[in-house]
Amino acid sequence: MDTQGVTADPQLQQFIEVESQKQRFQQLVHQMTDVCWEKCMDKPGPKLDSRTETCFVNCVERFIDTSQFILNRLEQTQRGRGSLSESMSD
Amino acid sequence: MDSFGSDFSSGAAGSGKMDPGTIMEQVKVQIAVANAQELLQRMTDKCFKKCVGKPGGSLDNSEQKCIAMCMDRYMDAWNTVSRAYNSRLQRERARI
Repeated sequence: MDTQGVTADPQLQQFIEVESQKQRFQQLVHQMTDVCWEKCMDKPGPKLDSRTETCFVNCVERFIDTSQFILNRLEQTQRGRGSLSESMSD
Repeated sequence: MDSFGSDFSSGAAGSGKMDPGTIMEQVKVQIAVANAQELLQRMTDKCFKKCVGKPGGSLDNSEQKCIAMCMDRYMDAWNTVSRAYNSRLQRERARI
């Protein structure tokens, strides 16, 4: 039996990649809903009012901004600005 | 789909259960189940916190009503977040 057949199957490979990406998306939605619920939701009412909905949208945007900020700053820090704590005293 | 299965299942005991199409379908189902479980777990956590005070001998009417509303609001929130995240991803891709 061709034991390499499993991982060499291009259809299976693509399937794995597509599903993995979908899962990363789903996981982040779960996580952000969780975090943003704490920030935006007071008492659950009969519907999601527009102020609360706006809060959720802003929360998602700021969460992603935060993630990008951290990655960028980390990259800057490692590009020869010494230790993390040094660059924090800016 | 059957033609893809022939390479794979030729070495297996001819059971046909090993064809990639079946595997993919089963995996999709498992993923969907896992996502539903995650959603329910977080929803239960949030709504318990919001709606149940000092735990009594049973869930009273107001607590049950609160939990029902909370479930709907959590779904609304989840959908809002999903849409917002999707928009942001598309915006990011458009920039590149």
